[in-house]
Amino acid sequence: MNDAQRRELQAIAREVRRHAVRMAGGGGCFLGASLSCADLVVYLYRHFLRVDPRRLDDRERDYLLLSKGHDVPALYGTLAELDFISRQRLANHLSPRDHLYWHPNRAIPGVEFHSGSLGHLLSVGMGIAYDVRLSHGRSRVVVLLGDGELDEGSIWEGLLVARAQGLTNLTLLVDRNGFQANVRTEELIPLEPLTDKFAAFGCAVRTVDGHDFDEIDRAFSDLPFAGGGPSVIIARTVRGCGLPSIEARADRWFCRLSPAEVTALLRELEGVAAAELESEPLMVR
Amino acid sequence: MTQTYEHALLDLARRDSRVLVLTAENRAAIRGLPAQLGPRFLDTGITEQTMIGMAAGLALRGRIPVVHALATFLTMRAFEFIRTDVGIPGLPVKLVGAVPGVLSEANGPTHQALEDVALMRGIPPMRVFCPADLPDLVAGLPAVLADPNPWYVRYCDRPAVTEHRPFEIGRAEVFRAGPRDDVALLVSGALFREAWEAAALLRADGCGVRVVNIRTVKPLDQQAVLDAARRAALLVTIEDHFETGGLYTAVADTLVRAGAPARVLAVNCGDRWFTPALLPDVLADAGFTAEAIATRVASALTRRHLVPAHA
Repeated sequence: MNDAQRRELQAIAREVRRHAVRMAGGGGCFLGASLSCADLVVYLYRHFLRVDPRRLDDRERDYLLLSKGHDVPALYGTLAELDFISRQRLANHLSPRDHLYWHPNRAIPGVEFHSGSLGHLLSVGMGIAYDVRLSHGRSRVVVLLGDGELDEGSIWEGLLVARAQGLTNLTLLVDRNGFQANVRTEELIPLEPLTDKFAAFGCAVRTVDGHDFDEIDRAFSDLPFAGGGPSVIIARTVRGCGLPSIEARADRWFCRLSPAEVTALLRELEGVAAAELESEPLMVR
Repeated sequence: MTQTYEHALLDLARRDSRVLVLTAENRAAIRGLPAQLGPRFLDTGITEQTMIGMAAGLALRGRIPVVHALATFLTMRAFEFIRTDVGIPGLPVKLVGAVPGVLSEANGPTHQALEDVALMRGIPPMRVFCPADLPDLVAGLPAVLADPNPWYVRYCDRPAVTEHRPFEIGRAEVFRAGPRDDVALLVSGALFREAWEAAALLRADGCGVRVVNIRTVKPLDQQAVLDAARRAALLVTIEDHFETGGLYTAVADTLVRAGAPARVLAVNCGDRWFTPALLPDVLADAGFTAEAIATRVASALTRRHLVPAHA
């Protein structure tokens, strides 16, 4: 990746974060979870996935499946920045007249499948990957999973089958932000040693800094990893990344911000000043 | 000679390359297909949830997955995957539940799918086919696979007691032996044989009996139900299912919606699991033999002093 490419990704990611902060006003959104994967989603759509907003039914396109669906503001923002949907449409967030709600759905151009119930889209992605192979296609399938989502048994059940079927065109990207909905993963259901767990299921694993585009790019450029099964990229991330006042906080997973807080956080994104948040931390799960 | 389910499915798969056969390691009815279909046969192992998710992914790519597992595990272990990944987008996944209801015989309550129809009916785009026997299943299979909706098929391989008419979605099969209908037996699924034989017993006693093979509980042939209610003094719903949510409920819904008065006798499992045993003993214990059904019907007719509607 050259400097210009990196700068472009950083600029897009900054805009995506701005969109997410605005969506956290009004009825709110899962801001913390969105910001941990924002750089990953931007990288995938701008640099990795072969997907053209003008040809979304192309059978040879690559697939991204957002299994941790509550981080969809990062996806909405990315789709708006890359012309899958208009930027103006983001103002419809939570409007009953549009489909931009708290979890993704196929009414949004670019969204391959709806999600919201955790632990589902690995197997859906496996079905796509199986058919791509059966059809002698070139499409690659990336499933973005939350680390808390790895509690679901269906993930590990799916991995058994993905390995048995040798789905090398499938990549699991784990947003390892260290949090369940309300508490740290290691305090509730410890996942470490996570690399060993995936390896024991027959996956080849890489770990990257999920906010460093060069590291992300190096891992994705090496896909598929050797091993005969699905590849796994564990992206170490920070919940709320880009906004120090909410970073790595369990109580800022879902945020419903006042207009003044939105303004303050937008300034914080620019590195102007730290925001002071008075809105009530919400536990929504 | 009746075609087997396996051959019927193989024929359809050969004619349409979109058809894929999946199983969660339940191969009893499709054991010859791996060799015939190659990679279009996919055994995911004992993983009902993963199988359903994969079926959804395959359907997104334009395939028609026909998935197999025991009815209990398919509809209950994987329920939320069916509802969320198949039901919400309305993908054309075809679910085939093996050994439903009384056909689980001596397996015990873990294997007794007695709420599968209720669960599947409750998913908005899902359609439900309860074949009476193997020829009925084979007759319905092409239409089920060709239909763009998701389907639940309550697998039944019992031999037939009569010839079936051509299959049509949402159309019940009505059998009448004479001009009079004192009672109409509405039956869905494997107890068709017992209903058929109960009708013969009742007719021998001079009772006018209409037998209705419901076939698709959803969409239900409402006209067939209302027609039976108008002509017969007593409706009898017969199903190897809990009372809640199956045929009895679907018929009651139809009658209430139409404001149609009817007396209904419900022959079903009530709200209890049946005593595990071989099929003849299950039928005897649950009150599902032809004799038991005929006795209950005759008693209901007598007890209520019902006058045939036409008299």
